[in-house]
Amino acid sequence: MEPYFKTEDLAVGYDGNILIHDINIRLEKGKILTLIGPNGAGKSTILKSITRHLQTISGRVFVGGQSLQQWQPKELAKQVAVVLTDRIRPELTTCAEVVAMGRYPYTNLFGRLTEEDKAAVWEAMERVHGLELAQRDFSALSDGQRQRILLARALCQEPEVIVLDEPTAYLDIRYKIELLDILREMAREKGITVILSLHEIDLAAKVSDYLLCVKGETIAGFGTPEQVLQSHAIESLYDMEAGSYNRLFGSVEMPKPEGKPRVFVIAGAGFGIPVYRELQKKGIPFATGILFENDVDFQVAQTLASAVVSVPAFEEMTDAHFAQAARLLRQCAAVIDAGTPLGQMNEGNGKLLKLAREEGIPVTIWKEMTAC
Amino acid sequence: MKENTETLRLGNPGRFWGVMALLWGLLLLALVLNVNIGSVSIRPGEIYAMLWDGLRHGVGSSTESQILFRIRIPRMLLAAILGGALSVSGYLLQVFFRNPIAGPFVLGISSGAKMVVGITLIFLAEFLGSVRPVTLILAAFAGSLLITSVVLLFSQKVHSMSMLLVIGIMVGYICGAVTDFCVTFADDHDVVNLTNWSMGTFSGASWEDVGLSAALCLPGILGALALCKPISAYALGEGYAQSMGIRVKPFRVVLILLSSLLSACVTALAGPISFVGIAVPHITRSLLKSSKPAYVIPASFFCGAVFCVFCDLLARTVFAPTELAIGTVTSIFGAPVVIYMMIRRKRQEV
Repeated sequence: MEPYFKTEDLAVGYDGNILIHDINIRLEKGKILTLIGPNGAGKSTILKSITRHLQTISGRVFVGGQSLQQWQPKELAKQVAVVLTDRIRPELTTCAEVVAMGRYPYTNLFGRLTEEDKAAVWEAMERVHGLELAQRDFSALSDGQRQRILLARALCQEPEVIVLDEPTAYLDIRYKIELLDILREMAREKGITVILSLHEIDLAAKVSDYLLCVKGETIAGFGTPEQVLQSHAIESLYDMEAGSYNRLFGSVEMPKPEGKPRVFVIAGAGFGIPVYRELQKKGIPFATGILFENDVDFQVAQTLASAVVSVPAFEEMTDAHFAQAARLLRQCAAVIDAGTPLGQMNEGNGKLLKLAREEGIPVTIWKEMTAC
Repeated sequence: MKENTETLRLGNPGRFWGVMALLWGLLLLALVLNVNIGSVSIRPGEIYAMLWDGLRHGVGSSTESQILFRIRIPRMLLAAILGGALSVSGYLLQVFFRNPIAGPFVLGISSGAKMVVGITLIFLAEFLGSVRPVTLILAAFAGSLLITSVVLLFSQKVHSMSMLLVIGIMVGYICGAVTDFCVTFADDHDVVNLTNWSMGTFSGASWEDVGLSAALCLPGILGALALCKPISAYALGEGYAQSMGIRVKPFRVVLILLSSLLSACVTALAGPISFVGIAVPHITRSLLKSSKPAYVIPASFFCGAVFCVFCDLLARTVFAPTELAIGTVTSIFGAPVVIYMMIRRKRQEV
């Protein structure tokens, strides 16, 4: 498929100084591209350059088969609309008026709105669930409402491409999801191509068709989320020295407590995760087992536990696994029973509990511990 | 969909025309009072007879008729036109700086115009003999542009509203100092001219002044009206304005040229007049409860006309026969409005 939006060896920066070079993006119509990367890496610089707010240094940007420089300003406005980070506060202006400004490229010399224009304003406000805000003063809105109205303004411009610079900043989780959902819907139903920058890597992976990792002088990666988010790609993109990113869950874990395990957690079936997180908060290093590798607990245990005894997915728990766990357990001062039900498949865990009682290692049941 | 869009209200024309009717009523009242009241009192009945007569047969030779046609009417019209022009000029500066406290006086632009006019009066008068109003307007225009560019240069470094104000006031002081310096070394004769003028007054207005100001200000205001569409988009900031297809740089240049033209007319013909440029657009917006330029520009013009005609009436009658400078009266009414705006904005920011 021929890309609708394309950059060729684009170099961007300020005052002729190159900040990032060799940016090559190819984006088909109706796809969502998200720029991720650390603060100050140049996400905004790239976005400003592809919307002509900033002079490009070299290379070319194509929108709809035509280079950015060839577009007349008013025609380009019908192609590309923006939602910026600028904190604007127009006085005594209603939301409907702000949205209606999106009709700028379509109205006559005096900005008179025709019935069609008004219908477009209405539709855009409806899309963002902002109709009840129409007569409210724009400067009196909350951040979430303001962002929705600004998005409506951009939609009202009826563009082919929408560029959004950190649209979810200042928004709470509900509005974040709502906003990204609207973008997805616009891309799917209207074939609008969306280019945005996000700080939330988990959301970025879930909403985007493509990710562009921006770090330092060149692009650290461009492709589908699956291609880009290889193991430790996020950790190296953000230079994370502590903590970790789980690419299956798209979630982030705090750094693991350092040292020899002092507690052994008998876990499985998701019962272990709250225990691991609590121990992490208290800074107590721990070991855990015996987990199947297709267990959710395993995903978190990998990043938080000092030692994990695990069984490959769909294989049998053997005496060898038990022996390994027993060795770790004997070195610990306490055992926590996360409350995982014991069945045929994980009877090794039941044997571990029995062993602890025999050896005189105190066993605490997690539910009882949290109850008091 | 159709009946839905009808409920989508954009702007409030009812309120706009209500405000306009109020302003026209007040302007009419101000004009009537202005014609009636003065050191030589003329009975209302006589005035209308004279007006009617004057329009049909030309100005009569009686003292009253002379006072009416040669003094009061031109002065009143000049006050109305320049008051309106000053308000629109202030409004354009507020659009430009996206700052409601901007205005030709507080940003030092009036003082810059005064400086160049002063220099022209003192030095050029020697070579040219008498100085015509057109020359003064040109000088004031040059001064306005000069100081606007200086303020612009600084405004790129500061982003807070109050800092911009401080810079404007400082620049104003520098211009004042240069003007004073020139006055110190000027002939007494020139200084008298300058002092009278720099006080700011509509007294001595001639029909020539009225014609000249109308010829320059009305196109200026029409120009501003023609910019309604980009002005409203520009209120969202340069980034959005550009993305909607506005050529931002030429637009900004035109804004500054129009604003300088309007304020230069005022400064050249009536001297620096303080605070009208800030107070009037603010009052107008509050009356309209809207920032829509298509409403604010015409309403500001008439509100400014009403404001200045009333202030001029006070200036010449309160301590008659002594006349106050027009700036004295406008400051008394205008400065509190500015203080109020500053306090209110501060509260909003917190």
